[in-house]
Amino acid sequence: MATPDALKLKEFEETSELLFNASSVSTNSTVSRGSVLVPVEGSVKLDMSEDDEEEGQEEKSELLGGEREFSSFWTFEYYQSFFNVDTLQVLNRVRGSLWPLPGRNIVKRHLRSNPDLYGPFWICVTLVFSMTISGNISTFLSQMGDPKYQYRPQFHRVSVAAVTTFSYAWLVPLGLWGFLTLRQGAERQTGGYSFLETVCVYGYSLFLYIPTTMLWTIPLEWLSWLLILVTMAISGSVLVTTFWPMLREDTKTVAITTLVTVVLLHALFIIGCKLYFFQTAVRTGRPSSLLLHSSSNVTVALTSAAKES
Amino acid sequence: MAEVDDSNKPLFAGLSDVSISEDIPVEGEITVPVGPSSQDDAYSTLDEPVKETILRDLKAVGKKFVHVMYPRKSSALLRDWDLWGPLLLCVTLALMLQGGSADSKEDGGPQFAEVFVIIWFGSVVITLNSKLLGGTISFFQSLCVLGYCILPLTVAMIVCRLVLLGGSGTVSFIVRLVMVVASFSWSTFASTAFLADSQPANRKALVVYPIFLFYFVIGWMILTFSPSS
Repeated sequence: MATPDALKLKEFEETSELLFNASSVSTNSTVSRGSVLVPVEGSVKLDMSEDDEEEGQEEKSELLGGEREFSSFWTFEYYQSFFNVDTLQVLNRVRGSLWPLPGRNIVKRHLRSNPDLYGPFWICVTLVFSMTISGNISTFLSQMGDPKYQYRPQFHRVSVAAVTTFSYAWLVPLGLWGFLTLRQGAERQTGGYSFLETVCVYGYSLFLYIPTTMLWTIPLEWLSWLLILVTMAISGSVLVTTFWPMLREDTKTVAITTLVTVVLLHALFIIGCKLYFFQTAVRTGRPSSLLLHSSSNVTVALTSAAKES
Repeated sequence: MAEVDDSNKPLFAGLSDVSISEDIPVEGEITVPVGPSSQDDAYSTLDEPVKETILRDLKAVGKKFVHVMYPRKSSALLRDWDLWGPLLLCVTLALMLQGGSADSKEDGGPQFAEVFVIIWFGSVVITLNSKLLGGTISFFQSLCVLGYCILPLTVAMIVCRLVLLGGSGTVSFIVRLVMVVASFSWSTFASTAFLADSQPANRKALVVYPIFLFYFVIGWMILTFSPSS
């Protein structure tokens, strides 16, 4: 038998429960309308499904300076936050990597609010295939007159190109970012580049290699080396202008050494690609060298060049 | 019971007065018939002959092939996705790319595994890319569309091998080039017609470019196929 007191207590509980539900419902609806930075019930999701919200999200993420570790690492939305770019933004970033000026830092100008993974990833993939295909075409063009030559697709080079390009574009930024973070650890907490921004800069700076590799199919030796110089100048200066503000406060030796290492690795990458994939130096009348292993091809090319000089 | 004053009665007291009279039937089935289980009797496929089962799947695959060859705005490809067609096309293409110059292991054409990996891994990466950019298409629907749209390139491969039987000079190269370019454009156009609608308008180009690259690479593999002579 229920007493009147128990009844009233029960009614009070029911009312308070209703009020609690009402308040949580209103919070949920606020979250779903686009304020993605309020934690609700322990997990936050970036709501990406509506186009009108994207501008609001960009403003908010700019205010926070690009921090986006709100979603858990294991949700899909965490990775979706790295692809929050439009076509125009990607094109602007590519354009920014093609015309570096000392005053304009690509990170501050284009990336600060929103580093993305779309650009670096697809630029690397395109570079892999453009290197392989252009290398194949240039080998074919340089051997065309030889009657003993039979065309081969040389498809194994795709694996080699992929491993090299992706290691360069992802491991070197990792090392550089680690090094810069260590150097800055004691002095300043803010202002350093995140790993994502470093990868982004490297990825977009590789964009210039794509037309360069395509132009290497023209079998003129001086043109190839001229292209290498021009590409190194432009894309190396992108990297230098990006990282110079970070290193300015450091000691002179460390700053110069780091920048020289960055430029040197960049140069090694492009020269290595040229020597491995594009064997225009083999045009000294030795068609049999095509069947040798790739490293011996380089040796043959170098010895033939040495013999000529 | 209406005359009794309710204020002094305890809660739910009135229920004890309700008695179930014997002329209300309370027997019957407790199980609620669930929708699909009642349809299962009509669509039960366990007892049909094997030929009918295989033919049904083949007809579904064939219908989708027709949709790819004449791309219209129909949702048949998306609604009833299946991965048999892509598997069939991928295996056929990989097998046909095999007879190439293989006397030097290093300089030959793509191995079977390389073709397989490029097609499937490439499709998965493109699907993930479109989903990460905010697309509304489901994972397997996208895989299905990308796989089926390899059909024009497979047809081009068959034609190229036939052309190569007649010789591998400049004329045959030009014919093959035209065939591959035409079928690569057809594939890209067909898959874009199916996939581009599911993307937000300002990101369409970002989704179409990887598809273009994917079919370009497959076209390149077909074009550079050189038979061992």
